[in-house]
Amino acid sequence: MDPIIKVENLTFSYTDVGEKPVLKNLSLEIERGSFVAVLGHNGSGKSTLAKHFNAILLPTEGRVLVNGMDTRDEERLLDIRGAVGMVFQNPDNQIVASVVEDDVAFAPENLGVPPDKIRRRVDEALKCVGMYDFRLHAPHLLSGGQKQRVAIAGVIAMQPQCIVMDEPTAMLDPIGRREVLQAIRQLRHETGMTVVLITHHMEECIKADRLIVMSNGVIAADGTPREVFSQVEMMKSEGLRSPETTELAHALRGEGFDLPSDVLTVDECADAIAQFLKKDKK
Amino acid sequence: MLKNVTLGQYFPGATPVHRLDPRTKLIFLTGYIVALFLAKNWASYALIFFTLAAVSYTAHIKPKTLLSGLKPLLFIVVFTALINLLYGTGEPLYTFWIFRITRQGIHNAIFMVLRIMMLVCGTFMLTYTTSPLSLTDGLELLLNPLKKIRLPVHELSMMMSIALRFIPTLIEETDKIMSAQKARGAAFDTGKLTDRARALLPLLVPLFVGAFRRADELATAMECRCYHGGEGRTRMKQLRFSGIDFAAFSLCALLIAAVCVLRAFGL
Repeated sequence: MDPIIKVENLTFSYTDVGEKPVLKNLSLEIERGSFVAVLGHNGSGKSTLAKHFNAILLPTEGRVLVNGMDTRDEERLLDIRGAVGMVFQNPDNQIVASVVEDDVAFAPENLGVPPDKIRRRVDEALKCVGMYDFRLHAPHLLSGGQKQRVAIAGVIAMQPQCIVMDEPTAMLDPIGRREVLQAIRQLRHETGMTVVLITHHMEECIKADRLIVMSNGVIAADGTPREVFSQVEMMKSEGLRSPETTELAHALRGEGFDLPSDVLTVDECADAIAQFLKKDKK
Repeated sequence: MLKNVTLGQYFPGATPVHRLDPRTKLIFLTGYIVALFLAKNWASYALIFFTLAAVSYTAHIKPKTLLSGLKPLLFIVVFTALINLLYGTGEPLYTFWIFRITRQGIHNAIFMVLRIMMLVCGTFMLTYTTSPLSLTDGLELLLNPLKKIRLPVHELSMMMSIALRFIPTLIEETDKIMSAQKARGAAFDTGKLTDRARALLPLLVPLFVGAFRRADELATAMECRCYHGGEGRTRMKQLRFSGIDFAAFSLCALLIAAVCVLRAFGL
């Protein structure tokens, strides 16, 4: 199957005047139906990369293909934007209408979907993010997490093939973050939609199928979260952290204990240590 | 300080007046204003007043609410009354200095005051019973034919509804900035008028910068959701005229006809 998003030798700089490019000769493919997390520091170029996925930014050099359509092809712009939806950091600045359900209806209305079909899409999208009961509320009276879930529903209602989320939890409190991550899981579970999650929270990446670490405009690591996080030293040199459990196992290995290097969750770590102790006794 | 800002003075409800299509209400209001300007005698004024009273009774809007809404207009009402009273034409009843009070003048003054008050009360009935959002929708649909003469109707109504959507957000932001400035010793409600005006500057600058940033992000988010103007756009909520709307239209037509008849016979 062809990838939904294909990035070929992408180089991008905000100003043309010989400044250091934000993205350097980057190539990447996003598989259909996968859940990809992109992790990186502020200024690593991860948001800039995300903005190339639906033609908000256009490559300085190289090209980006969405479903085989070049993002520079202005005639296909609506098709591209309809195929790859985008959720941003600040939920307040994404909500257009004064009533939740009207906002969710915004994208299908723009696409000219017939009214009764819009209704169905809106209800489905709101149920998917668990905001159906709030459909008649005013957005400004909702909490941050609720607003962000409305914003996500607004993109789901467009029925894209892929949703790119650019740090959707960065402005939320811990409860709001949990709600949004739950909504993403629900979406993955119900629709199997391709999700690209841009984040600087390492914990949000653990559940992903694939983890890409960005650093200074290039891909520093790419693999399953297990593979990437087990490279504890590399993560440290990028100024990022692996999960504490992985770091613990790594530290113990350094002291000569024979533990696996790729433990991710607390349970895995506990099991690995218990097993090691059992073996040790024998 | 900013907690009690109300906008559009909309009183939610489920009365027949609230349920009317916003377009019907806009057309009805126009007809009502036409009738008001056609009215020339007591009988037609009484008829229009009766219509207003009936609508406000059906909408559960108390006369007190309407009257308190008139307060800011007190100056204009008194001013108009005086001008009409003092510069009347015809046989003077009483004269002093350059002023002549005439029978015609008194008559004009009373009718003018009634006309202004009933005009304003009528528009209040519209805004009290229609949410700003459905008002915007109604206006867009009514003005739709003007698209032919290149009036950007869709864009204007989109701007209106975005403005309405962001007012609470900006109020919240203003509150935050004020608190932040107060925490650093700014005084917004003490000192001379000039001092207070000057104190507003550090409030307005961040507010404006924030508004521009928001506008930029919102535009990007709208484009990401395939917004490309009004062309080929559909709406989830279709406005439809129903029996109650036709009843309102009939009432409006009857009112204008009655006022015309009364005017013709000069009763």
